[in-house]
Amino acid sequence: MIDGYNFAYLDERTKRMIRRAILKAVAIPGHQVPFGSREMPLAYGWGTGGIQVTAAVLGQHDVLKVIDQGSDDTTNAVNIRQFFARTTGIATTERTREATLIQTRHRIPEAPLKEGQVLVYQVPQPEALYKLEPRRSETLKLHACEEYGLVNVKLYEDLAHWGRVETTYDYPVLVNGRYVMSPSPIPSFDNPKMHRMPALQLFGAGREKRIYAVPPYTDVMSLDFEDHPFKVEPQGHACALCGCTTSFLDEVLQAEGERLWTCSDTDWCREQREVA
Amino acid sequence: MYIAVKGGEAAIEASRQLLAEARRGDPAVRELEVMQIREQLGLLVDRVMAEASLYDPELAALALKQARGDAVEAIFLLRAYRTTLPRVAATEPIDTAKMRVRRRVSAIFKDLPGGQLLGPTYDYTQRLLDFSLLSSDRAEPTRENSAPTESSAKTQRVSMPNALDTLADEGLIEPSLPSEGDPPPPDITRDPPVYPLPRSARLQMLARADEGWVLGMGYATQRGYAYTHPFGGDIRFGAVALELVPDELGFAIEIGEIDVTECQMINQFGGSATVAPQFTRGYGLVYGHGERKAMAMSLVDRALRADEFDEEVTAPVQQQEFVLPQGDNIEASGFVQHLKLPHYVTFESELQLIRQLREKHFSEEVGK
Repeated sequence: MIDGYNFAYLDERTKRMIRRAILKAVAIPGHQVPFGSREMPLAYGWGTGGIQVTAAVLGQHDVLKVIDQGSDDTTNAVNIRQFFARTTGIATTERTREATLIQTRHRIPEAPLKEGQVLVYQVPQPEALYKLEPRRSETLKLHACEEYGLVNVKLYEDLAHWGRVETTYDYPVLVNGRYVMSPSPIPSFDNPKMHRMPALQLFGAGREKRIYAVPPYTDVMSLDFEDHPFKVEPQGHACALCGCTTSFLDEVLQAEGERLWTCSDTDWCREQREVA
Repeated sequence: MYIAVKGGEAAIEASRQLLAEARRGDPAVRELEVMQIREQLGLLVDRVMAEASLYDPELAALALKQARGDAVEAIFLLRAYRTTLPRVAATEPIDTAKMRVRRRVSAIFKDLPGGQLLGPTYDYTQRLLDFSLLSSDRAEPTRENSAPTESSAKTQRVSMPNALDTLADEGLIEPSLPSEGDPPPPDITRDPPVYPLPRSARLQMLARADEGWVLGMGYATQRGYAYTHPFGGDIRFGAVALELVPDELGFAIEIGEIDVTECQMINQFGGSATVAPQFTRGYGLVYGHGERKAMAMSLVDRALRADEFDEEVTAPVQQQEFVLPQGDNIEASGFVQHLKLPHYVTFESELQLIRQLREKHFSEEVGK
């Protein structure tokens, strides 16, 4: 563990401040709680919110996994995992089922998460309505009054124009029947995994200074209409490495324009190959 | 079969080594010393301190050396360090009327109490490249043969009243008063912003906002986007005393000095049925010597007071939520550049959608 810094970099008073925000967020599922986001030694937009949440809840006996795009070996995931290994000395893993805390960017692991696990999302833009109303002083009122007409009209216009909703990631969800929430830029493929998940889901937005949460076993519904229910479109390929047809696949360009489809969740892919 | 997802760890380590080499440059050239940066690139050091909101010239110079002169990267380094520092105490408000002034100009009076003091400025240098600076063994100007320098003219700290004071005495300009009840200002580095922000928080954000952004925003007001009729009332640069009231003493003691640049802009205001016509103010204050930033800041501050004066909001520079969060160059730089992080999962989702939409488009076309 590196000298001169507290366990997990942040000082204990800052961690307490963040934990208070997390507790409030858990108590009001889907509601964005402002917090005194600190300037971290990592660029804004690169996971400063997720890192602060992780730092605030990590204990000495936790086992940490960090993924970006579903993979443990993408550069930013490596960097964040190294950061916590250096500042805490705790164990890290690439195995979803062995981790007690998973920090993620853009994916939810394929292996179902269990009670006692914590999933920390890195969030670039916590305000689900920002493309429709950029003034946060206004969106605050819209959430308070449960006034979600703007987003419903947007979905309707998509259906009228394209015949389908034109959002494929960061697809807005309704949490606990009350707050419209950004699930962070995960593919809409992952949205159903959030619904009644046994693990605790925490969301940290450092630059925008907001924390929100979905407690275990909470309803998370992707926004839709009765006559146009939300659905995940199949990709129509199998993983070239493990043969899985139910996981989210990366499209990898090969020489001469050929394409290879492989599991985005690299740990899931390893598991499938070991089982086979 | 090759899949380019492994090897992140080794690549990062190699990148760090390449960066260290790039920072050093040609090893045949003598390494730059931090003190040289501090003493000879002072304006850059000042900018880094201002936008990092940490007054420490030596660490700012170190950050610049480490960042290869990239101001925003240096500001980032210094801010990340600043976060780890404990808050020991808050000083008393600085008194710029008691500044040890090294430069002071006012554009609204030919002469005034305290006088006009040009000090060190690039304003009248004629901007011709001085090729003699190319060689390092030239004769240094000495204190004896040169005009009075800053240190030889080391001024006593005397009261230099602000040029706006006499106007305020006559009631011609709005008085400079604390807000109703004089509440303690929020700390923008600890309290998450909730818009609309009070002026005390707006000024904090502007003081450490990106100089280029503030300059452009201020300039926009001069080009007609929320024009504010500005006059350079009082622009000064120099050292001010920092005073602290320790609990065990109960009275203020001086703990040191910092250099600041202050600009008080005078702006027009029409008055109303209940308020007599009066000039209004825009305020700018930055660490170190930063006139361009302080002046631009005062223009933006005035434009952001639209609601106070019941002015119609017609331009982005009058909108807090446009001007302030976007002006933070560390937040902006991080988020703009995060686009180079992998986004292939979300992009794949978009690819899938656009392929399906195109398929639908062409099948419908065929059907026509």
